[in-house]
Amino acid sequence: MQHNIEVNNVGPNGQIMADAVKSCVHCGFCLPACPTYRVLGQEMDSPRGRILLMKNVLEGTLSLNEANPFIEKCLGCMACVTACPPSVPYGDLLVSFREYANETNVKYSFFDKYLKKFMYAIMPYTARFRFVVYIGIILKSLRNFLPLKLRAMFDLLPASFPVNEKFPETVYAIGNKRARVALLQGCVQSVLAPRINQATIRVFARNGIEVIVPQGQGCCGALTYHAGLSDSSRNMALQNMKVFPKDVDAIITTAAGCGSAISEYSRLFQDTPQYEMAMDFSGIVEDAISFLDGLGIVDEVIVNEDREIAYHDACHLSHAQGIRNAPRRLLHHIPRLKIVDIMDGEICCGSAGIYNLEHPEVANKLGVQKAVNIIKTGVDYLVTSNIGCMTQIEVSLRAMNSNINVKHIMEILDDAYRGEF
Amino acid sequence: MSKSFLDKLKDIVTDEQVLTAHSELIPYESDGLTAFKALPRAVVLPNKQSEVISIVRLCHEHSVPFVARGSGTSLSGGSLPNERGIVIGLNRLNSILDLNIEERYAVVECGVINNDVSEASKHYGLHYAPDPSSQLVCTIGGNVAFNSGGAHCLKHGMTSNHVLGIKAVLPDGTVVQIGGHSLDSVGPDLVGLFVGSEGLFGIALEIILRLVPMPEGFRTLLAAYPSMEQAGDAVSSIIDAGLLPTAMEIMDNLTIKAVEATVHAGYPTDAGAVLIVELEGEIVEIEEEFKCLRKIIYESGAYNVTSANNQNERALIWKGRKGAFGALGKISPAYIVQDGVVPRSQLGSALAEIDSLSEKYGIRVANVFHAGDGNLHPNVLFNNSDEEMLEKAELLASEIVQMCIRRGGVITGEHGVGMEKREFMNDMFSDKDMDQMLILTDIIDPHQIANNDKVFSRSRVPGI
Repeated sequence: MQHNIEVNNVGPNGQIMADAVKSCVHCGFCLPACPTYRVLGQEMDSPRGRILLMKNVLEGTLSLNEANPFIEKCLGCMACVTACPPSVPYGDLLVSFREYANETNVKYSFFDKYLKKFMYAIMPYTARFRFVVYIGIILKSLRNFLPLKLRAMFDLLPASFPVNEKFPETVYAIGNKRARVALLQGCVQSVLAPRINQATIRVFARNGIEVIVPQGQGCCGALTYHAGLSDSSRNMALQNMKVFPKDVDAIITTAAGCGSAISEYSRLFQDTPQYEMAMDFSGIVEDAISFLDGLGIVDEVIVNEDREIAYHDACHLSHAQGIRNAPRRLLHHIPRLKIVDIMDGEICCGSAGIYNLEHPEVANKLGVQKAVNIIKTGVDYLVTSNIGCMTQIEVSLRAMNSNINVKHIMEILDDAYRGEF
Repeated sequence: MSKSFLDKLKDIVTDEQVLTAHSELIPYESDGLTAFKALPRAVVLPNKQSEVISIVRLCHEHSVPFVARGSGTSLSGGSLPNERGIVIGLNRLNSILDLNIEERYAVVECGVINNDVSEASKHYGLHYAPDPSSQLVCTIGGNVAFNSGGAHCLKHGMTSNHVLGIKAVLPDGTVVQIGGHSLDSVGPDLVGLFVGSEGLFGIALEIILRLVPMPEGFRTLLAAYPSMEQAGDAVSSIIDAGLLPTAMEIMDNLTIKAVEATVHAGYPTDAGAVLIVELEGEIVEIEEEFKCLRKIIYESGAYNVTSANNQNERALIWKGRKGAFGALGKISPAYIVQDGVVPRSQLGSALAEIDSLSEKYGIRVANVFHAGDGNLHPNVLFNNSDEEMLEKAELLASEIVQMCIRRGGVITGEHGVGMEKREFMNDMFSDKDMDQMLILTDIIDPHQIANNDKVFSRSRVPGI
């Protein structure tokens, strides 16, 4: 689509944004793929509508503050990118625009402004986040006295205090060593569900993969990156580059959101002196699922029962990284296991970083729809690959009185190996 | 628009359903044809049929023009807003009201997405046959308004062959039920009149659609040719041999490259043209036909022939074709999609003529079309920030349309006249024909409010 964006007047990412706008032909294929359009039913909340709004802001024909609430409402799930015939780089446009909005001092409501500040000052830092989660669990009984947005925050907290578990620095491969990897623990996940990383380490060791867990690692920068706060993301990324070794076969993430953000380091570090280093780092980052699938499972899984599970594609694995077959292939290593499709499986569950805290109305609707579709499958287990989805789906299922187990794919494999599945 | 009109609109629906802020109107400025844009005074998003009826009545009462919009995918500017009027967004009216498996029909609201009808009926071995390339997005209401076609319409027929009945609100607010649940109806074919009327006769609220059984099997073949002409001639040979494939589609090299850069459908990028042929029916029958088809294809000069061995491979071949329009965005910031039809026997020479026109103007034309029924889709690729180029592109597009008329064809096969082809109506029809159509339209829409300014340029007054 034609535009009149003066690329030099709209910040360092002007060209990226202008090129993305240019490649959109307004065909509308993104509409049914977009969770917010499906829920809200208006084009301001669709990808092509947001592209038009961003275009007008960048052209100077619409005020940023008028457009921004609609841009804010985007989940960033990237389902539109999968559906887009001309492959508009919507993710690049969205993140660049959010960065532009932050730098142009876009106005947020008082509540949203401080919620953002609070969350981005807490969540990426494991110790702080663990502390806040502890306090939150203690105060959970006050939930009903709080406004909706704060209530959402309490609802997403786990029922019991998460355990602070330490990992050994090196876990050796069992049997023949086939690979050596370093594990990125993930900030939120390592607080809310350290069991996922433990399961991953055990499954990897069984399959001849040595795992090292570098000390001093932190958040990959995903949360702040997707909110357009590039400076803070770069600092976090650089910290990890410092502590992770280069002589490993891969750096493994077990949360789809991390892998997706790291694959975007090329844009984050564009025109910076650390570009080469960032490329070397992101070049060896891989999701645990695709790495294990690529290397192949050697330790056979034995189970005694027929099981039916549903697999939920995390948006940041399927839409953002195009990984759809690897998780299914891995699950098929478990004998007597049937994978049931979830209706509208390609639609986001509403988690999307801190989206379910910022836009609880939309997130709740998506969560309910997802839960309904999962319950319809009649399975006992919902398996996925991202901590955000797991939290959101679990909360949505429990709200509907469903006790379907929600597990990471590595946990299922681990359970199966240990005869507990 | 007086204040009282908007107030009355808000008496019918909630304030949130009436969009008037600049940021709320911009996303509605265009449909699938971005060459045209206009901001309406308001966009209203009704949640139910009764609201639509009241809104239309209010528009009639105040003589405020309205434009109905579903998913806004029109390629002729058919749902371009009217600056003096409102847009009625019908995407929220998306219920499938009835699925009658025994009698093989579905009753749907106008905002139901085309593909959702097939999805809902596939468990019963049925589907809704017309399949525009935008079937994942476009709504049945829009399909009815434009009598949409699609790749598989060669065998199955267009939308009009699959609409049994319509409940519509006419521009004066009258609600009518035309047609019924069966194929046979008494009296004049009013459904036939309504289908393809491009919104001039009002809004279809509920549509009764024919469902047809899914064929037992498919055979899908992809053949690469050195030139477009050879691919075009192959189509004639296939028809001459007595085969009736369900679809025959051709794409030229420029389109193939755009598709491969985005969808990765596995088309050979060195080909001058690819031809997709699909057979459907009983397996015994199509296996025999397929043998015959392969023979014709090889004899017609194809140098690379592949066929789909399973549903996934078939879907991939079609994914490339169905995403072709959008994929062109990858190679050009703007394009004019033409939709003319030529007699099938003239396909080869018409394509050659388009080629020489493209050369004459120095503007690229990407061709992708329904070869089986001679429905061309030449896409004139240009950069519309360049005024001179835009003008040349428009001239080139216009010459292509004139060529179709000269060869005994028509100006639009399925996209409709809309905004874009209004000026060619006079070339296609005599003054008398035009007058009759305008008189009929004025009887149904005395205040000229329903999608007015589309199809006919309203500067024309009948009889003068």
